[in-house]
Amino acid sequence: MSHDIKTIEHDVIVIGAGGAGLRAAIECSAHGLDTAVVCKSLLGKAHTVMAEGGMAAALRNADNRDNWAVHFRDTMRGSKFLGVYRMAELHAKQAPERVKELEDWGAVFDRTKDGLINQRNFGGHRFPRLAHVGDRTGLELIRTLQDHGIHQGFEVYMECKAVKLIKDGDAVAGVLCLWKDSGRFMLLKAKAIILATGGAGKMWRVTSNSWEYTGDGAAMAYDAGAELMDIEFVQFHPTGMVWPPSVRGTLVTEGVRGEGGHLRNSEGKRFMFNYVPERFASETADTEEEAAKWLAGDKEARRPPELLTRDVVARAIYNEVKAGRGSPHGGAFLDIASNRPAEYIKKKLPSMYHQFKELAELDITTTPMEVGPTTHYFMGGIRVDPDSQQATTVKGLFACGECAAGLHGANRLGGNSLSDLIVFGKLAGDGAAAYAKGLGTAPSISDDQVTDAVRHVTAPLNRETGENPFQLHDELCEIMGEHVGIYRTEDGLGAGLEKLVGWREKIKNAKAHASSQYNAGWHEALDLESMAVVSQAVAMAAKERKESRGGHSRADHEVEDYDHWGNINIILKKGDDDEMVLSHYQREAPDPFLEKIAKATVEELDAMTASGEVEI
Amino acid sequence: MAKRTFKIWRGNAEGGEFVTYETDITEGMVVLDAIHQIQSESANDLAVRWNCKAGKCGSCSMEINGKPKLSCMTRMNSMPATGEIVIQPMKAFPVVKDLVCDVSYNYERNKMIPPFSPRPREADGTHRMVQDDVDRIQEFRKCLECFLCMDVCHVHRDHGKQKEFSGPRWMIRLASLEMHPLDIVDRIPLIKKEHGSGYCNITRCCTEVCPEHINITDNGIIPLKERVVDRFYDPIAMLMRKVFGPRKPHKKLPVIND
Repeated sequence: MSHDIKTIEHDVIVIGAGGAGLRAAIECSAHGLDTAVVCKSLLGKAHTVMAEGGMAAALRNADNRDNWAVHFRDTMRGSKFLGVYRMAELHAKQAPERVKELEDWGAVFDRTKDGLINQRNFGGHRFPRLAHVGDRTGLELIRTLQDHGIHQGFEVYMECKAVKLIKDGDAVAGVLCLWKDSGRFMLLKAKAIILATGGAGKMWRVTSNSWEYTGDGAAMAYDAGAELMDIEFVQFHPTGMVWPPSVRGTLVTEGVRGEGGHLRNSEGKRFMFNYVPERFASETADTEEEAAKWLAGDKEARRPPELLTRDVVARAIYNEVKAGRGSPHGGAFLDIASNRPAEYIKKKLPSMYHQFKELAELDITTTPMEVGPTTHYFMGGIRVDPDSQQATTVKGLFACGECAAGLHGANRLGGNSLSDLIVFGKLAGDGAAAYAKGLGTAPSISDDQVTDAVRHVTAPLNRETGENPFQLHDELCEIMGEHVGIYRTEDGLGAGLEKLVGWREKIKNAKAHASSQYNAGWHEALDLESMAVVSQAVAMAAKERKESRGGHSRADHEVEDYDHWGNINIILKKGDDDEMVLSHYQREAPDPFLEKIAKATVEELDAMTASGEVEI
Repeated sequence: MAKRTFKIWRGNAEGGEFVTYETDITEGMVVLDAIHQIQSESANDLAVRWNCKAGKCGSCSMEINGKPKLSCMTRMNSMPATGEIVIQPMKAFPVVKDLVCDVSYNYERNKMIPPFSPRPREADGTHRMVQDDVDRIQEFRKCLECFLCMDVCHVHRDHGKQKEFSGPRWMIRLASLEMHPLDIVDRIPLIKKEHGSGYCNITRCCTEVCPEHINITDNGIIPLKERVVDRFYDPIAMLMRKVFGPRKPHKKLPVIND
């Protein structure tokens, strides 16, 4: 291979070492394939580690009325019926076994009195469904997969950034990678590539996301000809910290509300009672008394409105603040101290206790927290086949976890992310293994593609002068915050798109000073290129969707339009002249049985289960 | 607040020096914020490892005014009101560049530990463990792998016995397996020999720096040392083994009430 670039060949390359990537790699190894994982950080530090509340699976340990159909229905309703029915079905059916498998691999979940995996309540889930470990479930997941994974025989290339997918015709053939510590390149050849790179929340200043979340997978896939779907749906988590400024956006787990936390405005009112959407009204408590009964364990009582889906709660807090009823630092009060004893809070929410104590000098066992919306999650991403996770338009390319689209539609339920990782991580592993084994000859790589990519990637180091990459990142956050935030308008998005054109011109001139060794400025400059693709895609799709649904709220089109937009997914793909092309995908009619479950009332679904029409 | 002066170690494996920077400090900032501000303003190529900035990933370990800490959880208002703030990489690991160390030793040590191997699931497809029995290993499983405990362990830091002793992080990992109610592997001989549990002389420096407040020494290392002693140095047990054959490692199995 070309020049002095080291080339290594594997059967499958997994890009990303969070829950999805590690689960996929474990599966590929189990299929007997020579597998390698490439990750931007050290092993065990991926974004999964920050997940707090739990992973949703209808294990039926905490409430035996739960089953896959109820979980499926909750997921589809949460997605505002824009999720892919088949993916929601696979997810609900397979999540319990995936969670139990983690226990076989050493995970230690909190227990019920009977010694089984305990489950907690969360927004949008009808029954307590989240397997959890206090409020550090993500750490438990990643450490379990890491400690199991290192004995499965796959290679891990840490602190190594994938920069470009290399193709042979219409199929992937490898990926060019950059070692952060030395600044050297490495070419990995493979029959199949699995992207598990997460989201792109770093395009906003107020975010719960780590530096890694720059949309690399979506951008690389787009560049290689894949379709991006539902990318306008960005989840603003209702409860991020709002004070002090340096931690604005840091996540406050939904588990606080799951464990009984109330939201109040500056007038002391539990304002969520005023924001219950019609479709959820029959399943939501309408008085504080009923909500209190539910918390005390009364199975007849309905759920408190604080546990509505995240899109609803985030908009409610935003509107309360806008109406002048916010907390001193522009949020809402989240109060667990009045509802649970201090020892209980410290046991079930230890990292929240620690986080507020250390970073905000506030004791959550005595004082309400101040919280407000923070950029959290990408529902959209790479469009994939629901069963194999193969990208729709690039052979041999697979995607799973947050970088893939489909399961969550317009809004994700809390807890469905971690279960997404393990369910679809495994399926992507199966899909990639089947593809790789069926491939006759390994694809080949032309020197030119690699040479061009290296020249492009090293350009920020080689130009004489140019723009400061960190300041360019700041400018992007400014544009996205102002124009592509929680509420969007036609004019605002139009102006944002204009500004993004100018910004993309500037990043062509990003300059990285000094040597290529562990150069933070250079890495930032490369991440900007990923964000350039994804920011444009989000803004274009958001401007196109003239309705409000889930994570996408249009101030100028406030209703959910089921007749038109409810049947359409927006797709973005690279055109022949490298321009971004937007198209509408007319959704096919769902499986009638699945649709019946998804749209049934609680009573109808219970009847379907009792009659055996739904098998559990 | 006003401008503060930082002395940050810059360099690589070949050598380096402290470089002085100034930056504005505003309310609520942590040391990592200040480093990021310096990186953005005047040192774009400054190497610093970080991820979550919320005390959950354990990436941003460094020595701040000589104390090993997570820089994302160290508030500027906890620093002395005046004077320079000195920032350097962890001393017990080789430097890669600036504040970034080569921590690959840890990944090698982890690989030496035989993985978790559970007894079979029960007839109904579940594993049963009571909360009281898992509380103690859940404490160990809070570990972020920030490696601050490894940085202060004087067996490593001062005596360079990395080969002989795996260090506190890996003692805790071993303890979490050894005390796991479902696990059936006997790692006691390994803990003694390959991981060198005898080298720890219980100064509790590791426990002091743990950002997760894991009681590393008292709850993890000392019980492991006791199990090693029971196995290898207890004369009565040795006699019993001679007479009755080798004893299976005792693992307490949970008692479940129907």
